Amino acid sequence: MPKAKTDAPVAENTDAAIDEADFALRSLQQALDADRRYVPSKEELLHLYEQMLLIRRFEEKAGQLYGLGLIGGFCHLYIGQEAVAVGLQSALDNSKDSVITGYRDHGHMLAYGIDPKLIMAELTGREAGISKGKGGSMHMFSVEHRFYGGHGIVGAQVSLGAGLAFAHKYREDGGVAMAYFGDGAANQGQVYESFNMAALWKLPIIFVIENNGYAMGTAVKRGSAETHFHRRGTAFRIPGMSVDGMDVLEVRKAAEVALEYVRGGNGPVLMELNTYRYRGHSMSDPAKYRSREEVQGVREKRDPIDHAKTELMGMGVTEESLKEIDKRVRAQVAQSADFAENSPEPSAPELYTDVLVESY
Amino acid sequence: MAIELKMPALSPTMEEGKLAKWLVKEGDEVSSGDILAEIETDKATMEFESIDEGVVGKILVAEGTEGVKVGTVIATLTGEGEDASAAEAPAAKAEEPAEKTVAEEPQQGEKPAEDKKPAESGTANLASEIKTARDPELPHGTNMKTSTVRDALRDAMAEEMRRDPRVFVMGEEVAEYQGAYKVTQGLLEEFGPTRVIDTPITEYGFAGIGTGAAMGGLRPVIEFMTFNFAMQAIDHIINSAAKTNYMSGGQMRCPIVFRGPNGAASRVGAQHSQNYGPWYANVPGLVVIAPYDASDAKGLLKAAIRSDDPVVFLENELVYGRNFELPELDDHVLPIGKARIMREGKDVTIVSYSIGVGLALEAAETLAAEGIDAEVIDLRTLRPLDKETVLASLAKTNRLVVAEEGFPVCSIASEISAICMEEGFDNLDAPVVRVCNEDVPLPYAANLEKLALIDAKRVVEAVKKVTYR
Repeated sequence: MPKAKTDAPVAENTDAAIDEADFALRSLQQALDADRRYVPSKEELLHLYEQMLLIRRFEEKAGQLYGLGLIGGFCHLYIGQEAVAVGLQSALDNSKDSVITGYRDHGHMLAYGIDPKLIMAELTGREAGISKGKGGSMHMFSVEHRFYGGHGIVGAQVSLGAGLAFAHKYREDGGVAMAYFGDGAANQGQVYESFNMAALWKLPIIFVIENNGYAMGTAVKRGSAETHFHRRGTAFRIPGMSVDGMDVLEVRKAAEVALEYVRGGNGPVLMELNTYRYRGHSMSDPAKYRSREEVQGVREKRDPIDHAKTELMGMGVTEESLKEIDKRVRAQVAQSADFAENSPEPSAPELYTDVLVESY
Repeated sequence: MAIELKMPALSPTMEEGKLAKWLVKEGDEVSSGDILAEIETDKATMEFESIDEGVVGKILVAEGTEGVKVGTVIATLTGEGEDASAAEAPAAKAEEPAEKTVAEEPQQGEKPAEDKKPAESGTANLASEIKTARDPELPHGTNMKTSTVRDALRDAMAEEMRRDPRVFVMGEEVAEYQGAYKVTQGLLEEFGPTRVIDTPITEYGFAGIGTGAAMGGLRPVIEFMTFNFAMQAIDHIINSAAKTNYMSGGQMRCPIVFRGPNGAASRVGAQHSQNYGPWYANVPGLVVIAPYDASDAKGLLKAAIRSDDPVVFLENELVYGRNFELPELDDHVLPIGKARIMREGKDVTIVSYSIGVGLALEAAETLAAEGIDAEVIDLRTLRPLDKETVLASLAKTNRLVVAEEGFPVCSIASEISAICMEEGFDNLDAPVVRVCNEDVPLPYAANLEKLALIDAKRVVEAVKKVTYR
């Protein structure tokens, strides 16, 4: 019978191919292990501290407004995970790099320097919100800041992020895409489809798995055969890094190691940031799947903000100046809550705008 | 006895092909697995391999012959110990155009071949020879050339890629293979591998990458080998591409085209034979286009690529090879969201789109012979739907039939019926009738497939129903 022109070549899968010298998936981990922490100036650490504190206070306020019925729907707080977004964002070049994440997105936006007023007003569904009140907690974007969402479908941001990286490479603009996702999203099939293409085409992307231990209510070990998420790129020859996501300086250092590799045109890196969320998965989650002691233990021993505070005091920063920062942050959050409560809701005609860009 | 080598069917839709080259000559000994000839289908050049051993007797179709029908005897092969010269047909026959198939020349003593011939497949239902009329919207005096829909689509992409460096094409087999259905033929050569990108078989992944690239400022054209496979990717089409502009308050655009063949092909079974037009047309935030002829295919694909909105562009495999008139314009771009009156009439309106338009036109011809003057509307765009054109036609004819190659439930036909009822009730002299495929997964067996798919006859019957004839 007729057949296609060429016979399929017999697959070559020899040990030699597997053991080739440049297949060093642990090279980045080794580089990090050799020198785990970024050494900041006092000013730099103060800035990181203030950003983390802003996220913490902002999220606490959001939780409060949710309780008052001012915020509706799903609302996923970032409390506990602050060092991840703040540490990683601090290493990016905001003039060219792009970022995308899932539904737990307030912290990333704040770390990116987006005005907390616009974020809070989106949470309360007001016209002044960053999405004119039409997106809500899970769907916020700022093209101006190269922040591409804010996506509610678990894992979608990984493929979309690979697309952003594709665009960087296509335009040769030197930018790197950073795609954040959780330990739960890490089990979605499209994540691995994206790993494959990102590695195949050497796309400039850092895949960031924020492993907070629970995919909603499912503990990592109940949902994942391989719980060391940084190894999950091995099948695609993507080097992995396991990072303490509760230490903003280690996060920063790891980001620099990863960025250097990606900017060098070597393709993607997979970072696992080990972290913890203090609150439930969303506001409606009673978090019965873990003990109060477990949460308390992390709060007391590993809190990223306390950690940075101790470090700052070791650098000679006074209690007073830290209180000063706290006051400033509280004022900023109170202002944004005030703005969000008092801004008008979107006008009725907004219902029909932005469905399509063009008129046909 | 000599073995007859027949022109093989090398694809589900192949009806004829070109005998490009003989790789053996008369008297050659061949064994099973030897390549006998190269045959060009509408999609590719294929090798024709011997499954028997023997000596090539007579070559009955000369190389270079085009339009050789599937089933035509192209050569004979004698078995071991047989006399090659005794087995062949008269020598003169080799010079004849190989039109006749063995089915028309049953061997003595055998049952007539017709009996063995399988029933005609459903593809026959969907065939149409009618050429569409020139689009009256075209500038006066425009020169026309003949083009297949396939070439028109390819030219649309090539022209837009020349015009805008942000446009790129991505999908399975679009580059080196030249397109599974040859729609992207030649693009790799002209634009190179950075702009014509072969993906692994990973629809969900590359639909997401394309969507992300559009969000990042590029203009992707994502080809699905068929829209059946886009079901793996529909999350990105709907949740990521269609909704982001709204959810971002108009900040984040997603100018992307998802394109590929849609609807029933031929004998490929239920998983490869669905029209997804109604699915996508259900979603606000998407533009959905389903053209019929070459001019609309080209003009609307160019418009789709230029649009700032995400577009689902539904083609049809059975129409790819059809020839139509195509305007020779430097920049043939058509408006999205405008239906086209394919034939004017006063007695009844037949609304259709994609491959259904050919059937509607066939039906209109038949009806004309019986004194019923049908107007045929090609919707062209399924979302946003051009209600005005439909309702204006209904106001004129007062009777309406929708012909749709697709499932009947929650179909475009259902939507048109609802629009006519809600907004054109006073103009209706009869209930709107839907002519769709049967409400079953498309079967494989030729006879069942034929029963399941719409045809012009069913459209004619429906028109007679609404005209009380």
